[in-house]
Amino acid sequence: MAIIERPSTPALAGSGAPAVVTPSQAYGVLKRPVSTTGWRSWVFTVDHKKLGIMYGVVAMFFFLVGGVEALLIRLQLAGPEGTVLSAGLYNEMFTMHATTMVFLFVMPMAAAFANYLVPLQIGARDVAFPRINAFGFWCFLAGGLFLNTSWLLGGAADGGWFMYQPNANALFSPSHGVDFWGLGLQITGIASLTGAINLIVTILNMRAPGMTLMKMPIFTWMILVIQFLLVFAIPVITVALFLLMFQREFGATFFDVSAGADPLLWQHLFWIFGHPEVYILVLPGFGIVSEVLPVFSRKPLFGYRFVVFSGAAIGFVGWGVWAHHMFASGLGPVSVAVFSVATMLIAIPTGVKIVNWTLTMWGGKIWFTTSMLFAIGLVVEFTIGGLSGVTHAVAPSDTQQTDTYYIVAHFHYTIFGGAVLGLFAGFYYWWPKMFGKMLSERLGKWNFWLMIIGMNLTFGPMHIIGLQGQPRRMMNWTEARAGEGFFNLGFWNRVASVGSFVIAIGVAVFLLNVWQTHKKSSKTPKAPLDPWDARSLEWMTASPPKEHNFDAIPTVHALDEFFHRKYEVDHDTGEVRKVATGEEILAAEEAKADKHIHLPSPSYWPIILAFALPLMGYGVIYNRLLIVAGGLVVLLAMFGWALEPSVADDSDYDPPADGGGSNKELATIG
Amino acid sequence: MAMWLFLGSECLLFGGLISTYMLYRGRHPADLGPDQIFDIPFTSVSSFVLLMSSLTMVLAVSAAAQKDDRRTNLWLTVTALLGATFVGGQVYEFTSFYREGLGFTSSLFSSSFYTLTGFHGVHVTVGIIMLMALVGINKRSSVPGDKAEVVELVGLYWHFVDVVWIIIFTLVYLIPS
Repeated sequence: MAIIERPSTPALAGSGAPAVVTPSQAYGVLKRPVSTTGWRSWVFTVDHKKLGIMYGVVAMFFFLVGGVEALLIRLQLAGPEGTVLSAGLYNEMFTMHATTMVFLFVMPMAAAFANYLVPLQIGARDVAFPRINAFGFWCFLAGGLFLNTSWLLGGAADGGWFMYQPNANALFSPSHGVDFWGLGLQITGIASLTGAINLIVTILNMRAPGMTLMKMPIFTWMILVIQFLLVFAIPVITVALFLLMFQREFGATFFDVSAGADPLLWQHLFWIFGHPEVYILVLPGFGIVSEVLPVFSRKPLFGYRFVVFSGAAIGFVGWGVWAHHMFASGLGPVSVAVFSVATMLIAIPTGVKIVNWTLTMWGGKIWFTTSMLFAIGLVVEFTIGGLSGVTHAVAPSDTQQTDTYYIVAHFHYTIFGGAVLGLFAGFYYWWPKMFGKMLSERLGKWNFWLMIIGMNLTFGPMHIIGLQGQPRRMMNWTEARAGEGFFNLGFWNRVASVGSFVIAIGVAVFLLNVWQTHKKSSKTPKAPLDPWDARSLEWMTASPPKEHNFDAIPTVHALDEFFHRKYEVDHDTGEVRKVATGEEILAAEEAKADKHIHLPSPSYWPIILAFALPLMGYGVIYNRLLIVAGGLVVLLAMFGWALEPSVADDSDYDPPADGGGSNKELATIG
Repeated sequence: MAMWLFLGSECLLFGGLISTYMLYRGRHPADLGPDQIFDIPFTSVSSFVLLMSSLTMVLAVSAAAQKDDRRTNLWLTVTALLGATFVGGQVYEFTSFYREGLGFTSSLFSSSFYTLTGFHGVHVTVGIIMLMALVGINKRSSVPGDKAEVVELVGLYWHFVDVVWIIIFTLVYLIPS
């Protein structure tokens, strides 16, 4: 629990400028960290913006790790009988590529945007539980590092990202890789779960006055849907991972067929989590383009309500389609039919969104910035991925395609084309907001075209080789059996490998762009306050925002509040004309700044608690004593956390007269 | 509200564990199944103890609402003790099952049984830690009734854990296989 702000007290309202309270008094076992500069200000921070940036940096790092893994896979398949990787290493490579991209790049990168933007978009000063927010980030980092230390400790997980049982039990996968995988995901799962609860409470309870749910920016809406998916999906994978851990480490036989177990149990548990998970991956991208398209088309989002409700519908129906991953496992005709129909149904809300985006652009004055290009790229590429998805919904055709490269093509078009392009649209759109500098548009266009051409070169041919029957996870192919003419597997595999390097160059251009923008000698001017003529609340404050986000919490009157403050309809001519610039609106807001703003104080406990978890993880694998040690640290940290007051220095406030002041921190209760 | 969301999430956690148990409850050697091993009178008593702890939790919450810190602390401690009694009973039960030959790895039934009830036991233990922390916070706080809402939150969690036990007790112990 934490205080976001205390009601201003007249006794302290002496100065005109907003006074940010910095605690100085120690209370509890450890002194509160108070520095506002240097590394300490980052490591112990609870500021949602700093945590958002840290999420972004770490996720970008894992994106590069996962990318290198992907390039190694493509190198292996670039020629016949590839010898780049051994068979075992190849298994580890594709498992870790998928795991890294899903759990350590797309999810945390979405968390980065959500963390940074949601409070700004809803006009709040921070999230509801800032310390839990910090804890979530450190859990993610701890889990990600823990997962990747397996490379150095006898080999990584090698059972595919879905880790089917009994293939991934100790008999067939004797290294500790799968143990690292299970425990690492358990830890990142804690990060997602706490983050999800935190953001839901933030969104539902901390919106600025006047912002009803139907006046909420669409990105925040999509984030809300995703967090609900996470809250209910994570516990299911938690159960599965615990069963896996008991099986591998403590001799239980949950998935041991010879002991009478049913390996389908794993598949059901995994995919009940796994299918909502794919929407968790793609909806942030949807949210981002739903913000980007209207801004650069100079039109409001077409059918805002439809986009919101179709997002929510995806969230609901997403729970009823998990078994379409298991059509080939012999579920019986009734289940297959039901899940087949449900899967076709889920194409409807997705189609609604595509139509809405297209109609948003229709007749708009389109401004082709890099961000807009990525957004249009998403609409096109995701539609391709969606259509191949509908072909999987047809069960007989799916049985043909199961475990071929056709599936690989499909999910890369949805996840790369849906999630990754969306995230890149977000980078270019919000970069000036987050860092106060514009990324170069010239390099940005290179980045876009390289990535879009690269992805089609890489994943397009996979449709062909998949329908020709090349199985996924196949570690090499031979010229003798590659086939003839247009359908020659070798040719298309080479094309895909070339394409993957084109994507890599595209990503390198992005990194170059970031470096050029931020290097010391950079002549890049400071970004204007409102470079895109944007519509939502996060642009109604300084770039980058002050620590307390808004000098005065704005009162919201409309969807696209910032736009409505800038423009008015002329009642005589019916034309829309500009009545204020962003700078003027910001100045007006600053003039009525809140006198006394309280922010949550930094804390040591989140990082201590988070790093105790991998300690327990190593304990499970190597030495039971470490579990006890880690457990003690966890226990200590939880008590320390609970006993730590929300804001350190009590002398900052008048004592609450009737307990009302302290209850403020719990204002989040339903 | 965060607690409600968390409990919603917990529902699925226990849902998964209970499904696993229901799937595997019949898979055991003939002489070591649920019908042979459970001591229903004993478990009924410990279940009753846990249910009573819900009552004392209600008393703690109402005392906190009336800003009566002394009574709040008293009832919180009693709740924690009743919870500890339940956990103690579970430890005793596990030991006696183990003596009768039902190890964690003996059969699918035993693995899923110990996992499910063990997870519940851990939840009760975490609840006890939360109760103790609450007593600690209350002792430090100078303002009476300061933490009424925290007490209510912990109360929510505690009742949830109890309700889950009612479901587990019915499904695991009472329904013959």
